Amino acid sequence: MKKTFSIGGVHPDDKKISAGCAIESLPTPKTVYISMAQHLGGPAKAVVAAGDKVKTGQVIGEPTGFISAYVHSSVTGTVKSVGLRKDLAGIPVVHVEIAVEPDEWAEGIDVSDTLVTEIPQDPKFIVDRIKSNGVVGLGGATFPTNVKLCPPPDKKADILILNGAECEPYLTSDYRIMIEKPQQIIIGAALMKKVLGVDHVVVGIEENKPEAIAKMKEAIAALAALSSEYAGIEVMTLKKKYPQGGEKQLIDAVTRRQVKSMGLPIDVGAVVQNVATSLAVYDAVQKNRPLIDNTITVTGECFPKQSNLLVRVGTPLSYIIDYLGGVPENAAKAISGGPMMGKAIANLDAATLKGTSSILFLTEEQTRRKPETNCIRCGKCAEACPMGLEPFLLNKLARNGLMDELEQNAVQDCIECGCCLYSCPANIPLLDTIRIAKGEVIRIIRSRTAPKK
Amino acid sequence: MTATIIWTIAAITVLGVLLAVVLYLVATKFKVEEDPRIDEVEKVMPGANCGGCGFAGCRAFAQSCVEAADLDNNFCPVGGNEVMKKVAAVLGREVKEKAPMVAVVRCNGTCSNRPLTNDYDGLKSCKVKAALYSGDTGCFYGCLGCGDCVAACQFGAISMDPETGLPVVDEEKCTACGACVKACPKKIIELRNKGPKGRRVFVSCVNMEKGAAARKACSAACIGCGKCAKECPFGAITVEHNVAYIDFNKCKLCRKCVAVCPTGAIHDVNFPTPAPKPEKAAPKPAEEAAPAPKPAAAKAASPETVKKEE
Repeated sequence: MKKTFSIGGVHPDDKKISAGCAIESLPTPKTVYISMAQHLGGPAKAVVAAGDKVKTGQVIGEPTGFISAYVHSSVTGTVKSVGLRKDLAGIPVVHVEIAVEPDEWAEGIDVSDTLVTEIPQDPKFIVDRIKSNGVVGLGGATFPTNVKLCPPPDKKADILILNGAECEPYLTSDYRIMIEKPQQIIIGAALMKKVLGVDHVVVGIEENKPEAIAKMKEAIAALAALSSEYAGIEVMTLKKKYPQGGEKQLIDAVTRRQVKSMGLPIDVGAVVQNVATSLAVYDAVQKNRPLIDNTITVTGECFPKQSNLLVRVGTPLSYIIDYLGGVPENAAKAISGGPMMGKAIANLDAATLKGTSSILFLTEEQTRRKPETNCIRCGKCAEACPMGLEPFLLNKLARNGLMDELEQNAVQDCIECGCCLYSCPANIPLLDTIRIAKGEVIRIIRSRTAPKK
Repeated sequence: MTATIIWTIAAITVLGVLLAVVLYLVATKFKVEEDPRIDEVEKVMPGANCGGCGFAGCRAFAQSCVEAADLDNNFCPVGGNEVMKKVAAVLGREVKEKAPMVAVVRCNGTCSNRPLTNDYDGLKSCKVKAALYSGDTGCFYGCLGCGDCVAACQFGAISMDPETGLPVVDEEKCTACGACVKACPKKIIELRNKGPKGRRVFVSCVNMEKGAAARKACSAACIGCGKCAKECPFGAITVEHNVAYIDFNKCKLCRKCVAVCPTGAIHDVNFPTPAPKPEKAAPKPAEEAAPAPKPAAAKAASPETVKKEE
């Protein structure tokens, strides 16, 4: 019996139409725009100015605060400007604009393809490399990886879970890297295993990716034969269910442990990292190569050229789309991320970020919201919620601004997966109202707990 | 049978008297001393409980008036000077007259001035829309047009104009309670002096982008050219973050700024005659747009008829 998380979840059609497309390197554009807000937490501070020459992999943004990360130049060239530019939601963010010249790598970066299998013995060295190379979680939240790998001293992890679920429909970038770079991913996992001091690593992959499961198992067997560092790493096949890739859901599926309300995975001894993050960790530690590119899926039924592209951070979305033949005529909406949790793109001139996983095109019929009708109390949303919440109730409370009741009903635990909205037969925009209320309640909780520190 | 009824009545009567005595004693022992003037002040309040004064309701406001040393920091925006005079009379204090205020919508982004760049299909709420993205036009700062301010107004003073897509404030009904100011996630609505005979001049734009970019998004945006600030004889206008602001305490309503504004972003309302014409012909906005406009943006700021909206 294959495992999955215990409550809620939905089964959207997985539509992995770009699964067969091998990863292709996108030529670098003429200009890149690198955002300083690439990660969760404080945006980086630009340390270059207009006119500066930068090399590929050179630091151009330094972290501000504990939860923040380095930003590196993804190209060689001349800085044209540092200033506000609109991101994909149309909101002005500080970007560094660089006119691209042929690649010249910064010193100390290994750009060869040779596989480095030897694991450094000093955990501090590994964490420092991860930090200085700007690795952030690539599962969506872009949380700085080095922070996640250094839990507070009173908490100890006993399991590392690699997230290869990729439960969002359409997305195939994680699937492709698991097929094309399985050994690097496993070495990355072994590096993080070393840092955390755990014995057990589980790679959770959904059953709809048999090829990835086979490749990953093969890679583990090959590496385990080389060194004892690779012992204790295994692949677990999971039943297909959305949102399996949610951190708390994946922990539940793999270990049957439940993270408490407002708790962190480390509270139950687990650390979850995405497979793409693991690959970035391999590059950062073994090759000293900063996180300057990532794999992006460009897909959609209406899009003629399905692709998985290796794209430099800061490439304008319009450049990627033009490279693949332009925006299809019947496309009504472009989404960054998957159809369940992704964000609509308001500005195609925006540049990619470290955490950009896909550009998805949907047609009018696929995306148009149907008119909202009355709640019929069918309870489908409550059944679908993987956090065990009651979205119909939260929606009512949120629309009336009842913050105390919202907190009592745990709105702060919402993971914004969209299962409620997906399953609602009355087309009520549940997630829209709940997301706003969640933000407000979390702000209230923080302001209440802050003075005690 | 009769005895039972009589006994029951007697027992309950005795019990009632006893409990009444207990209640009386407790009430005198734990009596809360409250200033009787609070009730008196509350009687003269409008009773809207709107919270516009910053207190939880009219009674909380009355209590604060009674407790405060003077009335300088307390003002009921709904009742205005009249109510404050009554409050002062009750308390036997002085009150300074405050100029009446009115809510002003500082956005020019009508459907014709500010073309749509995308189609919003989510919940019709400015708060939700603002949390998702910059809105369905090129202007990140402007009105989102979902009417959160209309819903927030207790006095029915704001309505959406279907033609412009912008909220309109009914001066007669507006009490300047500030509920709409709080409801607007873009902070477009401001409480300003109503002015003599309702006449006032204000910059109807909050776009902080550079001139060319602001113009590209909205043909009636403030481009921060600073002409108005130079023209103003009273130093009432400041240009900060590429947007002009008129200090209503310094403004003498000469309307010279209205005449020189190249985009018509400065509005004058309730004046009997149109604003004086500038000496020169209509200036070319492209030249003032920015000191060094980018080539792509400059194209968008091509000279076109300057529209005035009111």
